[in-house]
Amino acid sequence: MLKSIYNWIDERLDITPLWRDVADHEVPEHVNPAHHFSAFVYCFGGLTFFVTVIQILSGMFLTMYYVPDIMNAHASVNYLQNEVAFGNIVRGMHHFGASLVIVMMFLHTLRVFFTGSYKAPREMNWVIGMLIFMVMLGLGFTGYLLPWDDKAYFATKVGIQIAASVPLIGDQIKELLQGGDIVGAQTISRFFAIHVFFLPGALLGLLGAHFFMIRKQGISGPL
Amino acid sequence: MAQGKHSDEKVLYVGDSRVRQHKNSETTPRDYTAYPGKSETFIPNFLLKEWIVATVFMVGFMLLIISKPAPLGETPANPMNTDFIPMPDWYFLFLYQLLKYAYTADAYTVFGTVILPGLLFGALTLAPFLDSGEERRFYKRPIASSLMILSLVAVVYLTYVSWTHYQHELDKKNPGGKAVQEEKKKPEKKKAKAVALVAEDDPANKNVYQKSTCLMCHGTDLKGMPPGVPTLLGIGDKYSKEEITKIIKEGIGTMTAQYDANIAKGLTDQDLDSLAEWLSKQKSE
Repeated sequence: MLKSIYNWIDERLDITPLWRDVADHEVPEHVNPAHHFSAFVYCFGGLTFFVTVIQILSGMFLTMYYVPDIMNAHASVNYLQNEVAFGNIVRGMHHFGASLVIVMMFLHTLRVFFTGSYKAPREMNWVIGMLIFMVMLGLGFTGYLLPWDDKAYFATKVGIQIAASVPLIGDQIKELLQGGDIVGAQTISRFFAIHVFFLPGALLGLLGAHFFMIRKQGISGPL
Repeated sequence: MAQGKHSDEKVLYVGDSRVRQHKNSETTPRDYTAYPGKSETFIPNFLLKEWIVATVFMVGFMLLIISKPAPLGETPANPMNTDFIPMPDWYFLFLYQLLKYAYTADAYTVFGTVILPGLLFGALTLAPFLDSGEERRFYKRPIASSLMILSLVAVVYLTYVSWTHYQHELDKKNPGGKAVQEEKKKPEKKKAKAVALVAEDDPANKNVYQKSTCLMCHGTDLKGMPPGVPTLLGIGDKYSKEEITKIIKEGIGTMTAQYDANIAKGLTDQDLDSLAEWLSKQKSE
């Protein structure tokens, strides 16, 4: 039954080569920790993606309860944390996952740097990787405000002050982020939109490019 | 679906047929046979091992989450809270600390906020073009490697300094430590709810308190703005009349001396004396 459905689709769209390319590609010995334990450094990229998937899934569930406005934001997070079944687990995954994604991504960056894997022909993939790094930092910054407690509020205020110190366009950046003259009702809506729609959209696009390139170019050879 | 001569023959499209396919293009990765040794296919062999790593990782991660709940402040953000030390998430600490040195602050703020981080991230992004030699081993490209190690040391150092400074500030604010303060907060909060205003009709309330500078922070109902501004309900449990007078004259914690400002508002010494007396009567029982 499943086989015939698959064949029906495959006849029309020829999907076999798409997944066979992923499935059959060979993993060389020098990146396989089963053969050389030190090759565990090659796991960091995959683990970064793993935590990113956790972030996306837990974040989707958080938005089922979270209300992005100054009157209800803290109350809704508090409710989620203390009343909803397993709410503290899901929020804990998202909270600590945010730190973990930075740690893993940082280790991955260092691995690529010290093994010289960014050299030709993989320069573009490194640049895309750095863009992913910045998008992740942006996600961390915007997500920090959303619980709307004192820690969130004052950190965001400082962050926006720093953004405002950029010469020439500082004030415009500040207004774009704040959505007004103060950190307030508009700010939380903007940060929510940036955190949930803009940056994840950019992230998915960049990740797609990152993975496309690594499949196209293959992993760098042994040193 | 286009078909060949025989109706069951499938035709494969290979993209734009006007583009000639290069068999040995440089973008195609070398075949795994180019690397001598024990390579294996991704699915299922290698993926199963990755699965194991991910599972072990996940167990550790979930243990962390179960043992340590994600922090959340007790109250919604209070923009009037002057007591709070602003602190970004830990991975921004090095950028934050960078702004606290002579040549990255005040007139030079742009160095700390834009130029230095811009150089750092710019150089990192352009690393493949700056370090464009063929050599990949890190010990054979000393400039790139040493710059990276230097930046790493700097980032770790800045983060460490920022964090210890923050802990120091916290200790200064509440001697006895953060944990003690958090424990103390809860019973105080419960008490505040139960405590009622004592002697509301006292002339010291209407004629003095409601005209003083006190209510700008502590409010017309004495409730204050926790956690920054404490409530005055039940203040008599904590301080005597003399101590309250002293606080009005000299300030306490982040509260500055209020005596001169109140005299300037037209209150007299006598008024303030009656005010202190009335406040000292604010006991919970």
